[in-house]
Amino acid sequence: MQASEIAARARARMAPTDISNPKYFHKVVDCQWACPTHTPVPEYIRLIAQGRYAAAYMLNWESNVFPGILGRVCDRPCEPACRRGRLQTSNEPNAKDPSKKNAEPVAICRLKRVAADYKGDIDGFLPEIPVQKNGKRVALLGAGPASLTVARDLMPLGYHVVLYDKDPKGGGLMRTNIPSFRLPVEVLDDEVDRITGFGVETRFGHEVTSLKSILDEGYDAVFVGTGAPRGKDLDVPGRKEAAANIHIGIDFLTSVAFGHLEKIGKRIVVIGGGNTAMDCCRTALRLGAEAVTVTVRSPRKVMKASEWEIKDAIHEGIPILDNHAPKSFVIENGKLAGVVFEKMIETGVDARGRPQLKASGELVTIPCDDVLMAIGQDNAFPWIERDLGLEFGEWEMPKVDRVTFMSTRPGVFFGGDAAWGPENIIWAVAHGHQAAISIDAFCHGRTVTERPAPGHTLVSQKMGIHEWSYSNNYDAAARVAVPHADLKTSIRNLKLEVELGYDDKLAAKEVERCLNCDVQTVFTGSLCIECDACMDICPVDCINFIDNAPEDELRASLRVPAVNATQDIYVSDALKTGRIMAKDEDVCLHCGLCAERCPTGAWDMQKFFYVEPQASSACHSHHNAYLR
Amino acid sequence: MTYITKPLAHHPALPRNALDLTRRDYEGSMSTLCAGCGHDSITAAIIEACFEMDLPAHRIAKLSGIGCSSKTPTYFLGRSHGFNSVHGRMPSVTTGANMANKDLVYIGVSGDGDTASIGLGQFAHAVRRKLNMTYIVMNNGCYGLTKGQFSATNDKSSPSKKGEANPFDAIDLCQMAIQLGAGFVGRSFSGDKKQLIPLIKAAISYKGFAFLDVISPCVTFNNHPASTKSFDYVRAHNHAVENKLDFVEPQEEITISYEAGTTAAVTLHDGSRLILNKLDHGHDFRDRDAAIMTIRQNANDGQVATGLLYVNETGDDLHDALQTSDRPLNEIPVSELCPGSKALEGINARFR
Repeated sequence: MQASEIAARARARMAPTDISNPKYFHKVVDCQWACPTHTPVPEYIRLIAQGRYAAAYMLNWESNVFPGILGRVCDRPCEPACRRGRLQTSNEPNAKDPSKKNAEPVAICRLKRVAADYKGDIDGFLPEIPVQKNGKRVALLGAGPASLTVARDLMPLGYHVVLYDKDPKGGGLMRTNIPSFRLPVEVLDDEVDRITGFGVETRFGHEVTSLKSILDEGYDAVFVGTGAPRGKDLDVPGRKEAAANIHIGIDFLTSVAFGHLEKIGKRIVVIGGGNTAMDCCRTALRLGAEAVTVTVRSPRKVMKASEWEIKDAIHEGIPILDNHAPKSFVIENGKLAGVVFEKMIETGVDARGRPQLKASGELVTIPCDDVLMAIGQDNAFPWIERDLGLEFGEWEMPKVDRVTFMSTRPGVFFGGDAAWGPENIIWAVAHGHQAAISIDAFCHGRTVTERPAPGHTLVSQKMGIHEWSYSNNYDAAARVAVPHADLKTSIRNLKLEVELGYDDKLAAKEVERCLNCDVQTVFTGSLCIECDACMDICPVDCINFIDNAPEDELRASLRVPAVNATQDIYVSDALKTGRIMAKDEDVCLHCGLCAERCPTGAWDMQKFFYVEPQASSACHSHHNAYLR
Repeated sequence: MTYITKPLAHHPALPRNALDLTRRDYEGSMSTLCAGCGHDSITAAIIEACFEMDLPAHRIAKLSGIGCSSKTPTYFLGRSHGFNSVHGRMPSVTTGANMANKDLVYIGVSGDGDTASIGLGQFAHAVRRKLNMTYIVMNNGCYGLTKGQFSATNDKSSPSKKGEANPFDAIDLCQMAIQLGAGFVGRSFSGDKKQLIPLIKAAISYKGFAFLDVISPCVTFNNHPASTKSFDYVRAHNHAVENKLDFVEPQEEITISYEAGTTAAVTLHDGSRLILNKLDHGHDFRDRDAAIMTIRQNANDGQVATGLLYVNETGDDLHDALQTSDRPLNEIPVSELCPGSKALEGINARFR
């Protein structure tokens, strides 16, 4: 090897991990890292384990604002991220791709619901709303999750908040597009009313048709959280003639939610493979349909709907026909009589790994009385005048800053689906928090681009020689199934919630599956005597004492090679023998055995608590009150 | 002591051996030794060696005497045969077991007290008889189980944790084993698995008496700055007579290329080989006298000679000496072992 090559290799060696940067340990808490609002999941799971449901609820409410709602209908980005899912797989096949087994993460979402179901009275924990206002007026357009979050964050600061919505009640798509058998109205009302109850001025049942008219009212800031309210249409032969029996999915769901539509035909075809399609087909059953069929153009394995929602639909006896491309509507006697599909054949995958489809020429006709079209949603801003200094970009979408959520017109902010197209509730909440920070800065003349830093603490959990302040033992239990209501009655009842949720006993089982990934393995190299005890005891072989090397080489040379590149390697400085400690964070059980087996205390289990900044610290300062 | 037991959950990508087992399948129950004990590292090295050699656990017998070290068989090979015997009596129990069933792999674990004091006589005769076994001494120079009194292997220069001087010279078990006729003698350090694991594998493959003296710091009583059996001391004074050891399974080809003149290979009875790299040129591991000299010279220089110290590749074992039957005795039915009075009469008649 050349001298220059040796020097280059020395430079390429891994630098010791900087654990003073909160990003490092935050990333180890996979669930919290994956959550757009960075909800401290392991912390609230421990509170549930202790039966402190109100505290668990408040900890959630602080970050995600709608624990009761999200505990039912969240898209749960935390669960695919959950470390437990990398250790345990279920015996049940995946509903999208039966050749794959489902991972078994902790049922984080369902535990969140337990906190909400059992929380009791939490009024005493809510932030105080100042009687003396700060003199700033903010308009929030659309009363969905994004706007409601902005309202919640701004109210404790003394803002006068005016909330507009075209519907008679707040909640946005959570009310109009999610059927009540998945999200009961009482749960929705409870959490929406809590925020409006802070003294938000509501102007419901009032459709905003001009942004200029809002701006003319002299608000200090305006937030647009109007969602993506326009369902896509399908222009194939027969569309016009059959119009009376073809319904746009989200409009259909809205009509059902407000009781405007109580009946539907006997035979229904749903076109589309997303979550809206799943809600449409199940709602149709509950409106009395006898034969409901879902058709998807692409193969099932790439359907957009969440795997569990597909599973629920199949469980209710609804066939899902994939590779069916709609060709035309059949009209008989001037009325819709069926849909003609052409079967598609998968010919391979494209550059992005998605299946490539070819028309087979084989036509299938499915007779039906009504069609529900759930093939996607678009944003629509016909009500925003184009001469307000608010620039629009591609696809007629407003130009919005990814960090500040401000449009090109200072003082006008966007968030939720209105900003960059359809996402999930939890993203809308995250947008709301960030927009609220910007709005507060803007209203007080501060620069919106300067963002507050997150807070964090790192505290030892050692209580005694073999005692930790958390339940460190690994519980090998399988994921606890959520009890469901009786199928026969539930598929005919629009209001009956299908999932019954965990009771306290089932929840007590499921909480023990959490690995407490926020309790970090903290290594102090100067104390290490390199006795190998931690390496030998580690049940998942994540600890190594080896020679330093460039990261890819180091990853390959570990006891079990670290192939999951999304997970970091925790690297120490050179130890006495010149080797380093390298820990693959991938499947660490956080059981604390390394710390128990360490004779010198070089390992310690320390709880990392991360707090995402918000406009108002009022919610955070209550944290201590309910965690006491 | 640890209150939670090691979870059975393991890394999903943990390697599997030819028997479709992971190294976790070679573990025993949870160690109750002090946190950081060198013995636990040796335990881990035995587990790793047996895993890598694809040994079926039910063909291994692990035997021990009394002491911290002798507790360890509980912590490895949970599915093997085990015998925790009387203090210092592991060699006789192993002899008995080996005589009855020569087909098992015998791993005897003992400590410096168990071997160099109460069991010294038993040790000497097991070596002399060339019993086919791997004899591992977990050597920490003190009696950890009874508050750290000096053992017979503690160096004279090494005081107790409280500063008390050691009045006696140490017994060097490796020199003794070579003198008494052991065919395979090595020394290693619990903190150096790269050296220890191939040595254990070669010792298990060796037919005859294979002796390993493994220095294993007692974190509680003998890991203080003045100790010669501490992690720091052994690391600073470790003189490996071969810089790197590679154990090569019988069916494996030697794929690594070595610099000429710096390697030597020891072929073991089962066809496996131990490749010794970058040899210390002053050391001839096939010569008993030279091996003893190497150990003594290093000791005089304040060094600890480690690695494969001596090997006799053509040695016999006790069964060869006694000309026992090829079939293990425990597989021969009683009717054959004890053919009855008629057969005895026949034999006696031959001498009349």
